[in-house]
Amino acid sequence: MGHISLNQVTKSFGDVNVIPPLDLEINDGEFVVFVGPSGCGKSTLLRLIAGLEDVTSGHIEIDGKDATEVPPAKRGLAMVFQSYALYPHMSVRKNIAFPLRMAKVDQAEQDRKIEAAAKALNLTDYLDRRPGQLSGGQRQRVAIGRAIVREPAAFLFDEPLSNLDAALRVNMRLEISELHQTLDTTMIYVTHDQVEAMTMADKIVVLRAGNIEQVGSPLELYRAPRNKFVAGFIGSPKMNFLTGATAAAHGAHTIGIRPEHIEISREAGAWKGKVGVSEHLGSDTFFHIPVADAEDTLTVRASGELGLERGEEVFLSPIMEHLHMFDAQGLAVR
Amino acid sequence: MARAVTTNRKIINTTAAWAIGLLIFFPILWTILTSFKTEAQAIADPPIFLGFDWTLENYGVVMERSNYMRFLTNSIIIAGGSTILGIIIAVPAAWSMAFVPSKRTKDILLWMLSTKMLPAVGVLYPIYLLFIKMGLLDTRFGLTIVLMLINLPIIVWMLYTYFKEIPGEILEAARMDGASLREEVLYVLTPMAIPGIASTLLLNVILAWNEAFWTLNLTASKAAPLTAFIASYSSPEGLFFAKLSAASTMAIAPILILGWFSQKQLVSGLTFGAVK
Amino acid sequence: MATQHSRAAARIMMAPAVFLLLVWMLVPLTMTLYFSFKKYLPLRGGDLGWTGFDNYVRFVTSSSFWPSVQTTLVIVGGVLFITVILGIMLAVLLNQPMWGQGIVRILVIAPFFVMPTVSALVWKNMFMDPVNGLFAHLWKFFGAEPVQWLSQASLQSIVMIVSWQWLPFATLILLTAIQSLDREQLEAAEMDGAQPVQRFAFITLPHLGRAITIVILIQTIFLLAIFAEIFVTTGGAFGTRTLTYLIFQRVLESQNVGLGSAGGVYAIILANIVAIFLMRIVGKNLDA
Repeated sequence: MGHISLNQVTKSFGDVNVIPPLDLEINDGEFVVFVGPSGCGKSTLLRLIAGLEDVTSGHIEIDGKDATEVPPAKRGLAMVFQSYALYPHMSVRKNIAFPLRMAKVDQAEQDRKIEAAAKALNLTDYLDRRPGQLSGGQRQRVAIGRAIVREPAAFLFDEPLSNLDAALRVNMRLEISELHQTLDTTMIYVTHDQVEAMTMADKIVVLRAGNIEQVGSPLELYRAPRNKFVAGFIGSPKMNFLTGATAAAHGAHTIGIRPEHIEISREAGAWKGKVGVSEHLGSDTFFHIPVADAEDTLTVRASGELGLERGEEVFLSPIMEHLHMFDAQGLAVR
Repeated sequence: MARAVTTNRKIINTTAAWAIGLLIFFPILWTILTSFKTEAQAIADPPIFLGFDWTLENYGVVMERSNYMRFLTNSIIIAGGSTILGIIIAVPAAWSMAFVPSKRTKDILLWMLSTKMLPAVGVLYPIYLLFIKMGLLDTRFGLTIVLMLINLPIIVWMLYTYFKEIPGEILEAARMDGASLREEVLYVLTPMAIPGIASTLLLNVILAWNEAFWTLNLTASKAAPLTAFIASYSSPEGLFFAKLSAASTMAIAPILILGWFSQKQLVSGLTFGAVK
Repeated sequence: MATQHSRAAARIMMAPAVFLLLVWMLVPLTMTLYFSFKKYLPLRGGDLGWTGFDNYVRFVTSSSFWPSVQTTLVIVGGVLFITVILGIMLAVLLNQPMWGQGIVRILVIAPFFVMPTVSALVWKNMFMDPVNGLFAHLWKFFGAEPVQWLSQASLQSIVMIVSWQWLPFATLILLTAIQSLDREQLEAAEMDGAQPVQRFAFITLPHLGRAITIVILIQTIFLLAIFAEIFVTTGGAFGTRTLTYLIFQRVLESQNVGLGSAGGVYAIILANIVAIFLMRIVGKNLDA
């Protein structure tokens, strides 16, 4: 169980309105990612669901019951914090046991659950250590273990990977995804990293200034962004935008084309430019090419083998079926 | 990586620092040494540094003659009592300000500090009068309350600084884990805050122990602590350097030891966190 | 960041501390203000009625007022000057690599933990006694006439005693501040060709600016109120009567409460002027 629905939820701090009226349905078993630039209200939204902040108005329902006034502990949710928020004075075992101890679960049951969680998370050897003696990844797993043992209706993750180094982050991403598959519990995950959103989510909620810009599966957002903001935010490297006469030629105020949807040629093409900086990744090469009417330098993805000299004149052509068109308000036109 | 320092430089530094350190410490050292001399040796010219006949006689005389134990008990009760009472009152207040800050938190903190800056002499008579009216003059209870009040701002402030360093997320995690407010304070906050509370305790015992305005002005004989005991030596009576030294050593020794443990807190505590 | 529930709890938990301090501040303050406008001599007739600003005028026009202001300034200024200058030098020295740094630190800090009555008495007798004091021995050794410290050089003596007590405080704070200086800044300056003296003058000293201000402000507040050191050494004689001591004498020794209270109000105003500057710095630090 873990169906959460937000109904006209708003939040303001004093005079500052952080979340305008907002509706959202999160289905049981779904992996939902809130993504958006910093300050977009995604963490606040998560904390509202957790009950760590009071909603200013509106209702939050968990499994069909109004939970708006229910204190955090009684909502049946577990949270993994950005800093992990482990209790530094308790051993790993005590940390994981803490929610069980608070719920007055009997000792044998506690031990059983802790052993199971520790085994699942490879923490068995570290149960008697203090958090201070663990590495970042291990601390992260303890925080997850503490959440698992409660068997919550939903897990809440607040930017859990942002304190890990790049390699570990990829690992933990996989582990959390696997955990979701095994437990089949609702997970709500907040991040500013669209790669995490794309790779993990069943459903992505893109937020900007407290507003939901778009809700959809990763591929939906990638293929059919509803507006320029989502188009630019999802996908890496980000989508190229062109305006002016070039866009007008396609009957739009602005057109957008992803770096992977541009063909590059030495002979002929729609747009012309001189090669600037090139970034060689091995498998791919990204060329940065200034082109007329482009909002920024155009980024083009090409095969890693393609060698173009700096200053060389090239022609670029968008693949028409992947061309995105936007009106003057930035809304997608189909 | 720091560079290796030439041994010569280090020798010069060490010599200079030790010379100055010993010079500053000398009055204390001299007091301690003198306390083990006979009165005649205490004033000998030229002064005897170490080659005297060590004796414990002075300590015996001081303890016998002046009810030393009563002064000591008073000091312990007043310094300890005022600090513990202060901490009991300050912990909830500092908790609130650190974890549930409001727009007024800063103003309240600063206002509390401002009461600490009030010159004692400005309110000497009112307090004196109130003490007489309430029968608190020369009582340990009265003095404990006054010292608690004058140190309360520092206690609140120090605890606030320590609590501030406990990440709020940990308390939220406890709340998510189902801990009630009481359990949160008991199982999570307090264990994490114990080092901070301990150092607050230490510094304020020292401050209360050494307080020498109210302890001199609000006591006569019953409740007088060691500050007053020492002050009673201000009128000389024959040969008394060795006894004065013994009395002084006994008055400062416990606090000197505590003080060495609390050097770090001294800075953040007395500058109200402005220097870290 | 909190919920309604915790906000209410917080207010209740803050109440005792706030209430106690409020009472502690307001009641005596109101009484002092009240007495300052009265002719009030507890031993000679008690409350003799309202006198308006008479006490305030009499306090500043009495012959002992200006000398006491001067004494206060000399003591506060002298001690500040000595402790800040020596404190900076000591802090720089203690920050150098050496053997036994921890022990030296302890030696330097020790005087701060000595109770004021003890340090005053030890200095008065064992060092400054004109017959048996260590200084007298020293002077005689060099064939000089021993100095009657607390009567002939009374102010200097008190400045010396108090400086000895407060030097550790200044040193410790300045040392803490020096240690927080980013090493890379000094290394950058060195790469830029700054000599040690220049590095001190252009990098270390400006970095210490704030700490020095704080030392000055905090010490000023405590130094304005020194009492025990004078009480047990000279008892206010030989030109060592500070403003604080003058008020103490008016209130408790001559039992002229009205006059003393007016003096107390002056002292409160004076302390508040210093306090405002200190609060500004502390307040700014709170925002950071």
